[in-house]
Amino acid sequence: MTVDAATPAEPSTQSPHPATGSTGSRRAIRIRDYGILVALIAIVIALSVSTDTFLTRSNLINLLDQCTVVGLLAAGATVCILSGVFDLTSSATLAVSAIVGVEIMRLTNVPVGFGAAVAAGAVLGFVTGMIVVRSGINSFIATLATSIIYRGVAVVVTAGAIVYPLETQTENFGALTWPSVFGLTSATVMFVAVVVAIGLLISTTTFGRRVYAVGGNLEAARLSGIRVGSVHVAAYVISGVCSALAGLILASRAGSGQSTMATGAELTAIAAAVIGGTSILGGEGAIWRGVVGAFLLTLIGNGFNLLGWDTIYQQVLQGCLILFAVTTDRWLRRRSR
Amino acid sequence: MTTATKAPGISVRGVGKSYSGVSVLRDVDLGIAPGEVHGLVGENGAGKSTLLKILGGVVRADHGTLTFDGEQVTFARPRDAIAQGVSLISQEGALVPALTVLENVFLGRWTQTAGVRRAAHDRKRFDELIELTGFQVDPRSRVDLLPTGVQQQVEILRSLARGARVLAMDEPTAVLSEHEKDNLIALIRRLADGGTTILLVSHFLDEVLGVADRITVLRDGALVATEDAATQTPRSLVRQMVGREIDMLYSTPDPVPDDAPTVLSARGLRRGPVQGVDLDVRAGEILGLGGLVGSGRSETLRLLFGADHATAGTVQVDGATLTRLSPRRAMAAGIAFVPESRKEQGLVMARSVSENVALSSLPRRRTGPVVRRTAERTAVDTVSRLVDIRAAAKDAPIETLSGGNQQKALFAKWLLCSPRILLVDEPTRGVDIAAKSHIHHLITELARDGMAVVCVSSEIDELLALSHRVLVLRHGRPVGEFPRGTAKEVVIAAAFGDEGEPT
Repeated sequence: MTVDAATPAEPSTQSPHPATGSTGSRRAIRIRDYGILVALIAIVIALSVSTDTFLTRSNLINLLDQCTVVGLLAAGATVCILSGVFDLTSSATLAVSAIVGVEIMRLTNVPVGFGAAVAAGAVLGFVTGMIVVRSGINSFIATLATSIIYRGVAVVVTAGAIVYPLETQTENFGALTWPSVFGLTSATVMFVAVVVAIGLLISTTTFGRRVYAVGGNLEAARLSGIRVGSVHVAAYVISGVCSALAGLILASRAGSGQSTMATGAELTAIAAAVIGGTSILGGEGAIWRGVVGAFLLTLIGNGFNLLGWDTIYQQVLQGCLILFAVTTDRWLRRRSR
Repeated sequence: MTTATKAPGISVRGVGKSYSGVSVLRDVDLGIAPGEVHGLVGENGAGKSTLLKILGGVVRADHGTLTFDGEQVTFARPRDAIAQGVSLISQEGALVPALTVLENVFLGRWTQTAGVRRAAHDRKRFDELIELTGFQVDPRSRVDLLPTGVQQQVEILRSLARGARVLAMDEPTAVLSEHEKDNLIALIRRLADGGTTILLVSHFLDEVLGVADRITVLRDGALVATEDAATQTPRSLVRQMVGREIDMLYSTPDPVPDDAPTVLSARGLRRGPVQGVDLDVRAGEILGLGGLVGSGRSETLRLLFGADHATAGTVQVDGATLTRLSPRRAMAAGIAFVPESRKEQGLVMARSVSENVALSSLPRRRTGPVVRRTAERTAVDTVSRLVDIRAAAKDAPIETLSGGNQQKALFAKWLLCSPRILLVDEPTRGVDIAAKSHIHHLITELARDGMAVVCVSSEIDELLALSHRVLVLRHGRPVGEFPRGTAKEVVIAAAFGDEGEPT
């Protein structure tokens, strides 16, 4: 740079606004940023006080384990939403990956089968991404269609039947349900590791910056030299891998895979992302938000059980929660403008 | 017809507004007489637009009162203001893109019988409005296919159709060509003579001085003075706006050294409105691209940067042809591009100032895949000082900055890429006077240090002052090249060609 001489105007001592009240604005930002955590803590406290069973070791272990599937899907969905696209294929990808994993396992062994499932998830994510980017169709529609295709593939591959690993593999196939460090299930440990990795990827790398830029303003990102198509494809690949891991957890628990696994979970994942405070318009949010959203949804289910409430009301409450989260977000946003 | 009722006398008393603790408007008192053209001037962030939005019911004042003809009114939403005959014509525009001109003009107020629209009736009212305004607009055109200037006319037509007695216009001429500006100014005068009150926010002081009866100056959210336009000069206004004397002269570029090599050339560029453009720019040279709106100026810049793919023609940097040109390849060849619209093409509004400034040079500061934050902060701080970005905090969303500071951030972003060729489209649109003079200075400094600059501007004064040469396009073809010091009239005549002289 050779532009050191270009300081013609006066020194920049004048701030554009008087400093008064900046603490007020900062406080508003805090509430907006961490309101979801406040809500989460409030529910945790409420459940701790009103039940004896909530704050028990076994319940917490169980709770975290329950959270893993939706949590992984929510992390994948958040990456996609941040970059400005939707992934409605995630639950179908989950089923196909799990089935592929089991089928390969039957031919080889358990670790290779697990690896094959993850690879299948990545490949399916790549295909989804290419379809969205190359077709130029709105991602919501493109992935809706693709998800139907993937479900269809799952039915074709299994002929509608349940697929099991070989008898000798059954025990090891359940590895993800085994207890591990601190008594947490292996699935929980894997979930935490993956989510931390994706969180770091999004918050500290140049790739993460590109994701936010592409989601926030596609044209500005493109004119800044970012290959927006590649960013979107990468987001789908990440989502695909998350789906495959979630599929392995489900299959490991059940000891089998089938074409109808986790039907509708893609919408729960998007809901979790939004509850956490990630903007549906893209470019604003964070991975931890998706995870917190997933945790909140799981917590509600857990609370219903512990309090002995009729679970038929659970969905009503979850729906209300989604509306409440998005309305609050919108309200805080408008106030801060 | 539309202005059957008389415009009200408006009185604003002690109006204040703050956004999350930061006050943008403080105890403003203002009286607006019926049928007057009232200019509102001030730097960006002075509170002009906020005041206008309060009068238009878009924003609610925190305190203070509005009275219309002595009666206090409360504007909780735009329709309350519309009911009082106030119509806001904002910078962004508020048309429904996929509808026709006619449908937009009578939006939501179509003549209908049992739910069925009677377009013929609307059409008749439309023709009356056309007669009043002298606009030439085809009522059947879809508005998203119209040039910006015409879209603005559609908004004015709609305001009149709603029986507006007070027209509040925010930077109405910013997007217009010289000819369209003259038409608009004439119309403002005509409407005011017919009894409509006009509130005009504009950065173009000559314009405001030429058309306004009285002018109010705002600075940092507070009222400085309201005085008769006749007693003011551009210089006195600037002094009131800035609070001190400021040198309004444009920066003058240094002569290009005789041995400066040609850095950027284009031959036979074509696509859409661009119908074969040749140009050459030497190191240290500022080439101005002029012409009417729609003459292919901006489109030419986009082709040079690879933002759009040319259907024919070549772009050369240092004599080497750039094949399969894309923004990435252009950047690799040392080209930077400051686009026309900050909001649409330039910035990621929800992200922070530093993230935006760092965006195009991310790969320069990384360890493996990880961004080196300290290096980034240093780089952003250095370049921000250089272009004088005034931001309370670098981690605040860039949308909280004024237009001038956002524009400087765009320059900063590209300077971090150390380009050798700078393409700038409307470098000072919607930017206050201090920032404008700063940006001009920055561009001439960059050229002095050897950068080749291609600059597009709708302001012919700016173009003539800033450039070494001005290339005028008409219908996507170069029609003339003029050196510095050419009379403005000559350049305008070239831009219009045979289709008539500007008036």
